[in-house]
Amino acid sequence: MAKQKIFQFELHDDGIAVVGFDLPGEAQNVLKEAFINEAESMIDDLSAQKEIKGIIFKSNKPKSFIAGADINMLNAAKSLEDAEQMSRDGHAIFNKIEKLKIPVVAAIDGVCLGGGLEFALACHGRVCSDDKSTKLGLPEVQLGLLPGGGGTQRLPRLIGIASSLDIMLTGKQIFPKQALKSGLVDEVVPSANLLKSARKRVMDLRKGQKKKTSFFSMKGLQKLALESNPIGRNILFDQAKKQLLKRTKGNYPAPEKILECVEKGIDQGLEAGYAIEAKNFAELVMSPEAKSLISIFFATTELKKDSGIDSDAEVVTIDKIGVLGGGLMGSGIAYVSVDKAGKLVRIKDISKEGISKALNYSWKIIGKKLKRRFISESQAKKTMSHLTGSIDYSGFEDCDMVIEAVFEKLELKHQMVKEVEENCSKKTIFATNTSSIPIAEIAKAAKRPEQLVGLHYFSPVEKMPLLEIISTPKTADWVVATCVELGKQQGKTPIVVNDGAGFYVNRILAPYVNEAGIMLSEGVAIEKLDKALVQAGFPVGPITLLDEVGIDVATKVAPILEQAFGERMSPPKAFDKLIGDGRLGKKNGKGFYKYGKKAKKGAKEVDESIYRLLAIEPTKHIVQEEISERAILLMLNEAARCLDEGIIRSARDGDIGAIFGIGFPPFLGGPFRYIDSLGVDKVVERLQHYQEIHGSRFEVAPLLLKMQQQGEGFHA
Amino acid sequence: MSAESKANTIKTVVKQASPRKPKVDRVAIVSGLRTPFAKQASHYRGINAIELGKMVVNELMIKTELDPKLIERVVFGQVVILPEAPNIAREIVLGTPMNVRTDAYSVSRACATSFQSIASLAESIMVGDVSVGIAGGADSSSVVPIGVSKKLALSLVDLQKAKTFGQKMAILKGLRPKDLLPVPPAIKEYSTGLTMGQNAEQMARDRGISREEQDALAHRSHTLAAKAWQQGKLDDEVMTAHVPPYTKEPLSQDNIVRFNSTIEGYAKLRPAFDRKYGTLTAANSTPLSDGAAAVVLMRESKAKALGYKPLGYIKSYAFSAIEADNDMLMGPSYATPMALKKAKMRLKDLDLIDMHEAFAAQTISNIQAFGSTQFAKEKLGQRTKIGDIDMDKFNVNGGSIAYGHPFAATGARMVTQTLNELRRRGGGVGLTTACAAGGLGAAMIVEVD
Repeated sequence: MAKQKIFQFELHDDGIAVVGFDLPGEAQNVLKEAFINEAESMIDDLSAQKEIKGIIFKSNKPKSFIAGADINMLNAAKSLEDAEQMSRDGHAIFNKIEKLKIPVVAAIDGVCLGGGLEFALACHGRVCSDDKSTKLGLPEVQLGLLPGGGGTQRLPRLIGIASSLDIMLTGKQIFPKQALKSGLVDEVVPSANLLKSARKRVMDLRKGQKKKTSFFSMKGLQKLALESNPIGRNILFDQAKKQLLKRTKGNYPAPEKILECVEKGIDQGLEAGYAIEAKNFAELVMSPEAKSLISIFFATTELKKDSGIDSDAEVVTIDKIGVLGGGLMGSGIAYVSVDKAGKLVRIKDISKEGISKALNYSWKIIGKKLKRRFISESQAKKTMSHLTGSIDYSGFEDCDMVIEAVFEKLELKHQMVKEVEENCSKKTIFATNTSSIPIAEIAKAAKRPEQLVGLHYFSPVEKMPLLEIISTPKTADWVVATCVELGKQQGKTPIVVNDGAGFYVNRILAPYVNEAGIMLSEGVAIEKLDKALVQAGFPVGPITLLDEVGIDVATKVAPILEQAFGERMSPPKAFDKLIGDGRLGKKNGKGFYKYGKKAKKGAKEVDESIYRLLAIEPTKHIVQEEISERAILLMLNEAARCLDEGIIRSARDGDIGAIFGIGFPPFLGGPFRYIDSLGVDKVVERLQHYQEIHGSRFEVAPLLLKMQQQGEGFHA
Repeated sequence: MSAESKANTIKTVVKQASPRKPKVDRVAIVSGLRTPFAKQASHYRGINAIELGKMVVNELMIKTELDPKLIERVVFGQVVILPEAPNIAREIVLGTPMNVRTDAYSVSRACATSFQSIASLAESIMVGDVSVGIAGGADSSSVVPIGVSKKLALSLVDLQKAKTFGQKMAILKGLRPKDLLPVPPAIKEYSTGLTMGQNAEQMARDRGISREEQDALAHRSHTLAAKAWQQGKLDDEVMTAHVPPYTKEPLSQDNIVRFNSTIEGYAKLRPAFDRKYGTLTAANSTPLSDGAAAVVLMRESKAKALGYKPLGYIKSYAFSAIEADNDMLMGPSYATPMALKKAKMRLKDLDLIDMHEAFAAQTISNIQAFGSTQFAKEKLGQRTKIGDIDMDKFNVNGGSIAYGHPFAATGARMVTQTLNELRRRGGGVGLTTACAAGGLGAAMIVEVD
């Protein structure tokens, strides 16, 4: 054999060739040009050797089969034709594997995603290890793409249409047990037995044994009813399409294209299927949506490696975290710290009942995992034993970090700072989870302001992916870096921002929500406002958001921002009446919408009495596009100011913060990417347009004007 | 207590074990904690003894600010042992943030189980085997192993061995419907066939201890315990228990103590064991209960090196055994003189006496025996009585009748409670003593500088 860098092969006595691959210098195996070229010549080589009776493909890299195709490859595609060719090349090599006369089995240990799974699908059999790292999936849809290596054709044929759509449309990762159940793999064994299992599979295939699903199983019945006849299939595809349109609002083309590939492939045969797959793949690769989603992927990957600081200050190990306040935020922070980050957590609350509630919060989430058998009962109990509570500072002395999540009152925060400095060690980091009070204000009470930092979590903590880390001019670099590391361990994507009213996320959110409020004051109906922005790609509309976050929270933040930034942050005057009327939002069942018993099941219903309260006739009509444009423009404009003032460290952080913290439409790539794609000229022009009509709150940010002059974009 | 006598005693204890050690290096009880004790199937319904043990040890480590890596050994016990996990001590290590390299074993000595776990760990410390450890015990009367009948159990084992269908059928045919009923854990003594209540009833009967005397002691116990709680004496030694699914109101106090005990209330109850002529009732006996208690033990020098100010020290201890058919619960009267002798002390030297109250009748029987020269001569083979108990020093914060008695947790409760009371009184020496099933007795003398 010629010496090859990536692929190694051994021919065993039983005539089975074990082919191992290991991409040098990379943590994961990925499909890139060199990999594919070597694979191709290897396959040609093997097929020429008559004594080989079977082939096993395995990774020589621990915990990584193939993590997917190298996304950078897509940059090479400059045209639709390029991209289509890329997909066709993939088809060619995978077909070559599939058409080998001898059985080929993939032995999967570690991640097997995207192109990696398509590679495995082209093999005649698949076995995988039960290792924790073993996950299978086709996540292309999350990047706005589709599995372009034959995945949309082979997967439905292997595991059925419904199951394959579930995998391809969500991009979710499948664990070994589920993979076995769905028929994606033939056997699951401990890593040490993987080769034995693969060898047995090769032998079975030689004997012509195939695995069959019984028609009497649920899956078998579903197949019979829906998938094996054209009428059933039509129902299935119609349903799938309806459901995905509900989710995407037509903003994301990839799921529809995947559906089309599967449908055409099943109806018109493999050749037609591959052809449409390559065509759709190319269209998606060149789409702005995919470009945005890929940019987010790269940004988060970069952020995973980012220490959050410019110096090389060392991260301190955090073993134990104290949480002050067992409310909703405190409970959520405690949960991600104990279960995700695996820390010891001690909660302090003013009441014992508060402690119980905080423990119950984690227990409920862990209980769900237990119910789904992701964890065992002893694991659940053990995790809970790492979470304890007290109404005094017992157990706080050795906390490496204390995160306070008490009420948003400056005096109370000051008291917490003092108490922690008294009751904890000199090394303890004090993190404050405030959404409105400037960190420097809180730090005024600190003897060690260099160890004081802001950690802005979003509610519900266990679900929201962003962590905004706020550093003051006094905060030490090691403190920031330690918080960044902790945030990553808690499963968050952290961005480091500088102190200032509203920090970054709330600051860009405020003018957007205010604008919705102003349009409401002008007489635009609540559901129209919400619908416009949901259609634009936000997860919820701005008015619903107010209800969810709490009107009281919003009215607390607003004056702070107004004071700091003046008129452009003024909330609609009529909103003062909301708190007076006892409307706090969803939390007390009284807000813009109806909750609890008053609410009908199904669609949310506006509480019409609010119009009387605000003295509004909700009859004004503004077109959907204008509603969303007015609100979003203000957010873009404010984001530009934040970058200009150094609140955020980069446009990248600004994009990620808006997407993960607010739910800014991912297909737009974040505020800065969106400005780039609209063109600074256009943004400036539209802002000026609205400034003429509505006044100074639309005044263009200086940075945008500067960029317009210089003809630059935010991202290269 | 004289400083000289204290030094001498410890010297004799330590000398044999480790002659190179400085002359006074005592076993320090650095801290102690327990869960609130709860009536059967109340707050801890569905929570087994291991979970109770984990809860108390976890909180004890946190409150003591003790680095788990320093803990070399855990000795723990339970009386009603769960078949799925007989080594509770190790389960506690594995189920909490403790260090997996902490050694752990379990002991059983019926109602004196945590006296034994403390003594066993103390011995390890004395011989220089370990220097830091946790001892304690936990029991649940709410989660108990309910088994199958002996006949069914036997048949099930036979079934596993049977090879043919015919053999299997033959085994199954032998079973009767009543064999299929579940069987709760035995309350009878294995060797004598008597229940604990019958034993206590016999002791009351033979000594002519009246219902009124017993009720008065129970009333005293509840009244003193309620006072201790109201004065906040127990706040530092009893943790707040939050139990899954954490929806119940957390428990911070024993739910057995009667905070409005009146002597009239006791008279209303009917005898529990001997319905006709008996004097023992549910109110003058300790109730079935759930709970856990634990202490941190260290070699004195180690404790001080780590910067701890221990609660107190173990001065001496002794275990005794007598016949189990008659007067089975007289353990304190046998173990106490042994422990006093080891400590080179007399009863009057003690500042506090804490005696486990399994039953008021048993407690009164032992109080009588302490003050009886006849008992001393006949049973102990010594000329002088153990000593008259000064009731002002006796169970000053009430006893097991009021607090409840999760079997394996009681000893550790008594030791911690006595040490804290001694500290409040500015130091001194206290005796803790208990009877146990099978005619066993335990006594442990502790001191506070």
